[in-house]
Amino acid sequence: MASNEEILAGLAEIVNEETGLETEAVEMDKSFTEDLDIDSISMMTIVVNAEEKFDVKIPDEEVKNLKTVADAVNFIAGAQA
Amino acid sequence: MTAVMNQTTAREFSRIHGVGSFRPDVIVTNDDVCQWIDSSDEWIQQRTGIVTRARAGEDTSLLDMAEGASREALASAGIEASQIGAVIVSTVTFPYATPSAAAALADRIGATPAPAFDISAACAGYCYGVAQADALVRSGMAEYVLVVGAEKLSDVIDNHERTISFLLGDGAGAVVIGPSDIPGISPSVWGSDGSKWSAIGMTHSQLDLRDAVLQAESSPEGTALVAGTEAQLWPTLRQDGQTVFRWAVWEMAKMAKQALADAGVTAEDLAAFIPHQANMRIIDEMVKQLKLPESVVVARDIATSGNTSAASIPMAMDRMLKESPELSGGLALQIGFGAGLVFGAQVVVLP
Repeated sequence: MASNEEILAGLAEIVNEETGLETEAVEMDKSFTEDLDIDSISMMTIVVNAEEKFDVKIPDEEVKNLKTVADAVNFIAGAQA
Repeated sequence: MTAVMNQTTAREFSRIHGVGSFRPDVIVTNDDVCQWIDSSDEWIQQRTGIVTRARAGEDTSLLDMAEGASREALASAGIEASQIGAVIVSTVTFPYATPSAAAALADRIGATPAPAFDISAACAGYCYGVAQADALVRSGMAEYVLVVGAEKLSDVIDNHERTISFLLGDGAGAVVIGPSDIPGISPSVWGSDGSKWSAIGMTHSQLDLRDAVLQAESSPEGTALVAGTEAQLWPTLRQDGQTVFRWAVWEMAKMAKQALADAGVTAEDLAAFIPHQANMRIIDEMVKQLKLPESVVVARDIATSGNTSAASIPMAMDRMLKESPELSGGLALQIGFGAGLVFGAQVVVLP
């Protein structure tokens, strides 16, 4: 079980690897599309890598609900619980 | 005593003897596309790897393209049309549900009376055709089989929608498959996942179209009712890009690895990787997942052809062999995947 801070840090690394964005830019209140300019294909790559890193399942239909970084962190934390 | 019948005598091996393609001449640039959707050349190139796509004009039919590719494949194989024992056309855009494109094509090229039939397996259609041809040749049912992937996708797109239409091009590719002294086509890894039936497909059916037309004909408001639907009256393609991308990369990488394992070879043994040309980012991500060595030549025909569904793999193979003839005789991993969802993969010896 990872804390929300650990999930955020792990997610920031994944985002950095996919997009080249600085990990510090990946903050809880940021929107993936609006603020971080992440497109749907990159988002899916991030989702699949997050599934592997945190050992959770993120179904296709859930991906569209993950609008902000906080949405993703909370979903992963909930799925791990 | 019951009489003993004959059965066909099996052959041990098959291979691709020749490949050909037909590329239509209407070049659609990203700037052209941007007249229809709010986008930019840079955005489309970055997101899809597509610079231009080639489409067929009104005077070029799917059969014209299939015929062009077939004649080239026959010439490349050094085979006469009369030697063809079966004609298989993979397509989802032939405008007649029946009769088949294959029967007309067989007649056009002079392969009559060879058995002829179409396969509906979308972007996996060519690999499905290769699986069939391999089985027909090795079972002794046919000596040479013509497998054609031909699509006029521009007939079933809506230029103003942005899930798939801007990716698509037209074209045809063909191979001739026949007997071989050495293994030339590995066991096919193929299958389907109908639980994702709606991930890629037409907006509505021919019956919906019929009902809409009847409605429009019978009431003055009919035309408006029909026009009030989100989609155009004529059925066009749509996809759920995220679902398809995840499946295409991570599930298909597993199938590609399975094809290598079933062939008894490794990524290091490959000369080329010829995946369905769906999106450059799918190709790039698959190369990463398969850990292909730098020495493997990767087909990237999508940059100038767009996604041509069933035609994409043989078109890419033909281009690759014209640009790098030294690859002939080397091993290529080919994998097709698309609407169904369906997939097919083989390792083949390049002609």
